Amino acid sequence: METFPLFPPRASALASRVDILFFSWLALAAVVATAIFLLIVVFAIRYRHGARVDRMLAPRTERLHRSHWIEAAWIAIPLCLFGVMYVWGAVLYYDNESAPANATPVYAVGKQWMWTLEHTGGRREINELHVPAGRPIKLVMTSQDVIHSFFLPVFRIKQDVLPGRYTTLWFTATKTGDYHFLCTQYCGTDHARMIGHVVVMEPAAFGRWMAGGIGQETMATRGAALFRQFGCSGCHAAGASVHAPGLEGLFGKTVQLQDGSTVVADERYIHDSVLLPRKDITAGYAPIMPSFEGQIDEAQLLDIIEYIKSLRGDG
Amino acid sequence: MPVRATYLNAGFSLWSWLSTHDHKRIAILYTISVTLFFFIGGAAATIIRLTLISPSGDLVSAETYNKLFTIHGVVMVWFFLIPSIPATLGNFLVPLMIGARDMAFPRLNLTSWYIYVLGGLFTIGAMIAGGADTGWTFYTPFSTMFSNSRVIAAVAGVFVVGFSSILTGLNFIVTIHKMRAPGMTWFRLPLFIWTMYATSIILVLATPVLAMTLALIVFERLLGVGVFDPALGGDPLLFQHLFWFYSHPAVYVMVLPAMGVASEIITCFSRKNIFGYRTMAFCILAIAVIGFLVWGHHMFVSGQSVYAGMVFSALSFLVSVPSAIKVFNWTATLYKGSIAFDAPMLYALGFVGLFMIGGMTGLFLASLALDVHLHDTYFVIAHFHYIMVGGSVMAFLGGIHYWWPKITGRIYPDRWARFAALTIFVGFNLTFFPQFILGYLGMPRRYHQYPPEFQVWNILSSAGASILAVGYLLPLGYLAWSLRYGARAGPNPWRAKGLEWQTPSPPPTDNFAATPVVTEGPYAYSATAAAHG
Repeated sequence: METFPLFPPRASALASRVDILFFSWLALAAVVATAIFLLIVVFAIRYRHGARVDRMLAPRTERLHRSHWIEAAWIAIPLCLFGVMYVWGAVLYYDNESAPANATPVYAVGKQWMWTLEHTGGRREINELHVPAGRPIKLVMTSQDVIHSFFLPVFRIKQDVLPGRYTTLWFTATKTGDYHFLCTQYCGTDHARMIGHVVVMEPAAFGRWMAGGIGQETMATRGAALFRQFGCSGCHAAGASVHAPGLEGLFGKTVQLQDGSTVVADERYIHDSVLLPRKDITAGYAPIMPSFEGQIDEAQLLDIIEYIKSLRGDG
Repeated sequence: MPVRATYLNAGFSLWSWLSTHDHKRIAILYTISVTLFFFIGGAAATIIRLTLISPSGDLVSAETYNKLFTIHGVVMVWFFLIPSIPATLGNFLVPLMIGARDMAFPRLNLTSWYIYVLGGLFTIGAMIAGGADTGWTFYTPFSTMFSNSRVIAAVAGVFVVGFSSILTGLNFIVTIHKMRAPGMTWFRLPLFIWTMYATSIILVLATPVLAMTLALIVFERLLGVGVFDPALGGDPLLFQHLFWFYSHPAVYVMVLPAMGVASEIITCFSRKNIFGYRTMAFCILAIAVIGFLVWGHHMFVSGQSVYAGMVFSALSFLVSVPSAIKVFNWTATLYKGSIAFDAPMLYALGFVGLFMIGGMTGLFLASLALDVHLHDTYFVIAHFHYIMVGGSVMAFLGGIHYWWPKITGRIYPDRWARFAALTIFVGFNLTFFPQFILGYLGMPRRYHQYPPEFQVWNILSSAGASILAVGYLLPLGYLAWSLRYGARAGPNPWRAKGLEWQTPSPPPTDNFAATPVVTEGPYAYSATAAAHG
């Protein structure tokens, strides 16, 4: 470990791009700051009280004319420079906003004061995240209680994790190793202990690690069991006597609601339909579903969502 | 020899102070109270820096640490920085600088101070009752549904003190509009008055939004009305929008007055008219207006839409342009001046340098992809301390030194004052520069303990803080000394141009024997005359 570390390791492709932006900013700031600083020092010495120098100002009209040009220049130059830097930062941000379609999802739940991470294959981790190098990984995150934030300094990314909704964060790790992830949104007493490790592995090693979970079920299998355990299947399974919307092939579809609007059936829609069933009522169905608020926790809900995703339907 | 009547010898009883309507005496009341709060907030900061010397955070428990940074933030923001320059120097100087005998509403002015004290008592009461652990930002749903601390008492203190800000702002706006001396046109106003005007507009428009937001916290926490907590059907991001709609403009409440002070000092000690007076005035207004439209830059990783992020980023770059222009214009003002390095000038030049670094690092944070990495790390802490402590506190101290002879009628020992200015400048940089590095390395803010690789920079920062603390204690000593032993100042020891220097020091209760008539701009200095004279 270096004694005076200056920069965190770069362990993703994005990290280098962010660092280049940072160094460009540093260079620009250093040039401007040095120029201003030198001007102040030079003026302060040259025009110090008592120094014998020419202090005569040009005639008023000439002076005004010149100062207008000077001021116009130092309005225009920062505007242009800032414009360039703005576009650069914004494009990089926009490019990384949505994960590529082939990204492997990993589900994360933050709660005071720990992180639970779950792979679709069923392997669960606490304050640890194993990922393969070279493959895009997409974290789908929610919070059980307050707002947290998932920060991976070596990948130069972070995203707040909110209760009641899903946010995503994606990266492609390029360097194997063991790095920190940290909670950066203050979340109460042990906020500073909400730290974990991301372990970036060679794909083959990752495959072995993944297979190492003993007797594990996939998230969808666990979700199917929960689906029966909480009685969801009593109404939503095929052939149930209660008039409830079927769930086969639901995920990703557009749903027509009672009030005439439509909504895409994504993670948040399913989440809210379970916990806040009166929020979005499907057209043609009576609002008879009870809320499961306080009975199903966020990790279980993710299993159920994964199960519903797996119901491809016949079409 | 008969004693000349001044505002200071107009009455000596405690009651004569507590019932005064004189803007100058109210300014003194505010100065004493904000100084007290500065040292309360500073004491909290001291324990924070001591705790952070070790990565395991041994000095205090996590609960205590969280309460300490909450106290530090709440006290420094609402009980020191926001009232610091406006309520002390502003109260003292606004009528004097525009040639008026008092504020437009002297009783309202005193009321503001009493409201400030009431808010302060609530806050101190909340601390004694156990303190709050939410951070000064009170983010929901933590503050409403999860924190087990004295959130409502802390919120009440901030709610109350907001009304003091609103009333002071209102008073300044009316005073500046209606009570200018004959000949004191808008473009003959000292830039300090322009900054007081812009600040007042922000206070009057933004503070009510804070009051509503804080009231909503109490409704949700006390009555379970679902506004912010999703479990009650609320939206936690709504709180952040409302909070920053106030709290970002509030940053300009802290820094605009500092810019005003720097403009007064730099012109006086370089014997030069300000470079680009009108541009400077319009920049002040531009900062105040655009400052209302950038709040979303606190939320780039909050889950707000990426398009909102792009708009807020662009506006944040835009608001930095007038600030940059001001730095250039101060520098240009020095050109062909006759520059003296008395203590106020050292503070003012220190302000320009530190504000520039704070401003430029703000651009790093406005840059979207960089903010994703830097948000909520120590980089942000370093950035805003450069603006608020390096900038605002430096200028506040510069202003106190510059107008001290006017306020007290006494001269302080300049050698000590220059020594203090240098100590603060050095101590400040040693404290906060390492935090930029910590931030880029990835150390999150509000961490009671941290991974050991961050330790070396934390030790350097804490060591710097000890120098900074000495720097802040020094003025207490020599300024107090000057009250009794300092030489008499005379009306205008700096040979400065403002109207406040045309009346005796300390001024009489009515400010001016005869209403002054203004015939020239505020900075009609001549460097050539000064150099030969």
